[in-house]
Amino acid sequence: MTPTIDPNTLLAIALLPLAAAIIAGLFGRLIGRTAAHVVTIAAVGASFVLSALVAWQLLAQGAPVFNEAVYTWLVSDGIRMEVGFLIDPLSVVMMCVVTFVSLCVHVYTIGYMHEDAGYQRFFAYISLFTFAMLMLVMSNNFMQLFFGWEAVGVVSYLLIGFWYTRPSAIFANLKAFLVNRVGDFGFVLGIAGIVHFTGSLDYQDAFAAAPEIAASVTWLSSEWSVSAITLICICLFIGAMGKSAQVPLHVWLPDSMEGPTPISALIHAATMVTAGIYMVARLSPLFEQSEAAMSFVLVVGATTALFMGVLGIVNNDIKRVVAYSTLSQLGYMTVALGVSAYSVAIFHLMTHAFFKALLFLAAGSVIMGMHHEQDMRKMGGLAKVMPITAVTCWLGSLAAIGTPFFSGFYSKDFIIEAAHESQRWGATYAYWCVLAGVFITALYTFRLIFMTFHGAPRWGQGGAAHDAHAPDAHAHDAHDAHDDHGHGHGGGTPHESPWVVTLPLLLLAVPAVAIGYFTVQPLLFGGFFGDAIQVLPKNDVVAALASHFHGAASFALAAPTHPPFWLALAGVLTAWWIVIKRPHALDGLAAPLAPLRRVLDNKYYFDWFNEHVLAAGSRGLGRLFWKAGDQTLIDGALVNGSAGLVGVLAGVVRRVQTGFLYTYAFWMVIGLALLLGWFLLRA
Amino acid sequence: MFVQILFYAFSAVLLAAALGVIVSRNPVHSALSLVLAFFTSAALWLLIEVEFLAIVLVLVYVGAVMVLFLFVVMMLDVDVERVRSGFTRHAGLGLVVALLVAAQMVGVFWARDLGVVATVGAPPLPEDYSNTRALGEVLYTQYVYPFELAAVLLLVAIVAAITLTLRQRPGLKPQDVAKQVAVRREDRVRLVKDVDAAGTGPGADQATGPRQGKGGEGA
Amino acid sequence: MITLQHMLTLSGLLFALSVAGIFINRKNVILLLMCIELMLLAVNFSFISFSRFLGDLDGQVFVFFVLTVAAAEAAIGLAILVVLFRERRTINVEDLDTLKG
Repeated sequence: MTPTIDPNTLLAIALLPLAAAIIAGLFGRLIGRTAAHVVTIAAVGASFVLSALVAWQLLAQGAPVFNEAVYTWLVSDGIRMEVGFLIDPLSVVMMCVVTFVSLCVHVYTIGYMHEDAGYQRFFAYISLFTFAMLMLVMSNNFMQLFFGWEAVGVVSYLLIGFWYTRPSAIFANLKAFLVNRVGDFGFVLGIAGIVHFTGSLDYQDAFAAAPEIAASVTWLSSEWSVSAITLICICLFIGAMGKSAQVPLHVWLPDSMEGPTPISALIHAATMVTAGIYMVARLSPLFEQSEAAMSFVLVVGATTALFMGVLGIVNNDIKRVVAYSTLSQLGYMTVALGVSAYSVAIFHLMTHAFFKALLFLAAGSVIMGMHHEQDMRKMGGLAKVMPITAVTCWLGSLAAIGTPFFSGFYSKDFIIEAAHESQRWGATYAYWCVLAGVFITALYTFRLIFMTFHGAPRWGQGGAAHDAHAPDAHAHDAHDAHDDHGHGHGGGTPHESPWVVTLPLLLLAVPAVAIGYFTVQPLLFGGFFGDAIQVLPKNDVVAALASHFHGAASFALAAPTHPPFWLALAGVLTAWWIVIKRPHALDGLAAPLAPLRRVLDNKYYFDWFNEHVLAAGSRGLGRLFWKAGDQTLIDGALVNGSAGLVGVLAGVVRRVQTGFLYTYAFWMVIGLALLLGWFLLRA
Repeated sequence: MFVQILFYAFSAVLLAAALGVIVSRNPVHSALSLVLAFFTSAALWLLIEVEFLAIVLVLVYVGAVMVLFLFVVMMLDVDVERVRSGFTRHAGLGLVVALLVAAQMVGVFWARDLGVVATVGAPPLPEDYSNTRALGEVLYTQYVYPFELAAVLLLVAIVAAITLTLRQRPGLKPQDVAKQVAVRREDRVRLVKDVDAAGTGPGADQATGPRQGKGGEGA
Repeated sequence: MITLQHMLTLSGLLFALSVAGIFINRKNVILLLMCIELMLLAVNFSFISFSRFLGDLDGQVFVFFVLTVAAAEAAIGLAILVVLFRERRTINVEDLDTLKG
């Protein structure tokens, strides 16, 4: 008997973390720290187990895809707003990834936030986040998707600004929220377009109407029309750009490192930022209809992949290097989406979730061990004192750069292959970007590894930091150097972190290494996603690649025949050379390359532009409206002016009342004379 | 002819007196000029044979009203010096307006037809015409109601004038009639001993007469 | 002989003079009252002459009442003046401006 997926199970998956969040959040002080983390971990753990169960039912036992509404919120003008779940292979992959990574982060937090005063609040937030993310991925309609979208944005805001007394944290969380808002604006426009054409918020209705929308045009002015589907898809993708930090809406992600490391791992590596990728994959029937939109996606992704990676090379904050790595990898996923290789994108999403979360948690472990020091120039030689962290970090890094047999290898290489294979406009540009990106990725990843774990120890010395490049004046490093929890004791020997920290590292290392090998075949070529992802036959690059694929092992062994392998190796060796072997080899290049260095240090001036043009412009506009419009015009001229005018007029008119008899008599007589005159002349 | 000369003479005096009222520096002089004006206008009225009103003018206006004026003018201690200044400033404007009004009024019978020939003399009166008698006949029959009202009006004027100027001076004890009327026996008489009951006793003489309450408690 | 024209001209001139008097006088409230009496006199002239020349007695009756009213008004006006003088110690028109706007 084929089992069916029970809606109550699904509700439990989503609502258990919410309940735990409410308990830990509202009653945290009452129940104490231990109870708070027990409740939330139990809830998220249960969610994970149930997600795995649902996955088992769907994939192994052949349960039918679940697509139903469980609660109708309201019906307005024929548009139904419901809470509904769509459980198919795509969503179960996301559910499992989200709950697993969340569980690991929950356990990790016990150790990482041990001394923090907001312990229960943190657990409440990350459980709340899990709830929001699950609602997003399990949704079967745009309303719930948007709800989850906004909710993860809000929790991200709360978590980035977790240490709310710090000005840099507040700056960062507002920045994240506002940039996300820009993306959300596009997103809402896209949803509005869908509603306009279909009158419904349900996915299936939208998918059914997709070819019809593709044939329609939208008139932007009386003479200018665009293809409706292109407009809708680009608007939706703008939402994805905000959430998944594509250029130019990427600026919030590096700043989001102000938040504690566990959330960098959970939100800004594995789950929230992938919401955009998930959304595009989920809406593949729509995106497939628009070539222009797909090219747009492709170019944006490729640009992000390469240029963000370059920024990782010059940064000295361990967390920020991993953040730029995330940005670059998100670009890779977007490129995969852009060439209609959705399954590859989701595959990379999954593998990336594991190895990036691992890298972040390892970085957090290093920070803890270094007593809240984040500057890599003050690290070095930590492999001896923090072995577990070092080993897991190595494993994660190898996965990240695409070492054969590791998970990242399969996903990255297929992205490169797919970009190579695609005939879409922009695909060639994308191919060269992602290919160059392999070298860059390897370079910054292993720069991090070598600076942190190998070479001569630089900790315990007062500022005798040797940098691989010329000393940089990175303005933003100055106030992001400390990820402190209240009281950090600088100095002292670094030590390995407690088991609550290293256990998740080990747990994550396993899929980071192995999952690619085992899942590549079924996920990409085994029709895993079924109807969840639609690709038009003419765009189906993955199917074209299938002919080259003869199994995971042989693909890995054939790696030396493809350029990425050599590029990655070159990157590792370069990193080793400039960090370990000859740290001052490139010092001579510092002067000629200084302008380039300045551009990189200023992150391509995106932040400068946002702060000095957009933000300052908005503030200036607001000030203009306030001073000129409100104060001068409305208050001054209209309100006070009219009152003043009345006063002036009254001041003039009251002079008639002189109080003197003779004046009154005078006017009476004048009136009399006039009256007489009028009578006389009336004839 | 003779009448005409008289008319012009009296008119000249009248106008001169009116002018004198206006331009005099001293208000007493103005009042006296006004008296002269009234006298001459009475004379003019006599000339056109409305003698009753002419006499009434003298009796009432000069005899009562102007005396009152003079009385007040002399009673109020007016600073004559201050009153003099500031005269010529407004003379020009006043002259212009006056001329304008005069022209308008005179122009009445140049401008339109009055329905009466204005250039003839007054119609002659019958032999036994008595102006007084004629007025009386009309006044007490046709206009008796306004006549009575006029009387009431005068009464009101009296009362008003008195009330306006009435004031209580400190230190005086005028009678308060209202209080006097409202007195009760108990306020005035106090029986000390009943004469009938006790016979003639030593206290009999002490039954005093009514004590005169002081009418009015003083201001 | 005296014609209506003569009398009316006289009446008009008297009236104009009294108007000028009201204007010109800036100093004395009593003078104001006197000018009013002059004005009334001028009007009485007018009434009398019309009554005489048109043969209608109503004009004279009217003058009768005008006299009455003028007397009453003079009395009350002067009473007010006296009270005003008591309060302000001045009858200078320029000093009486408490109703000034």
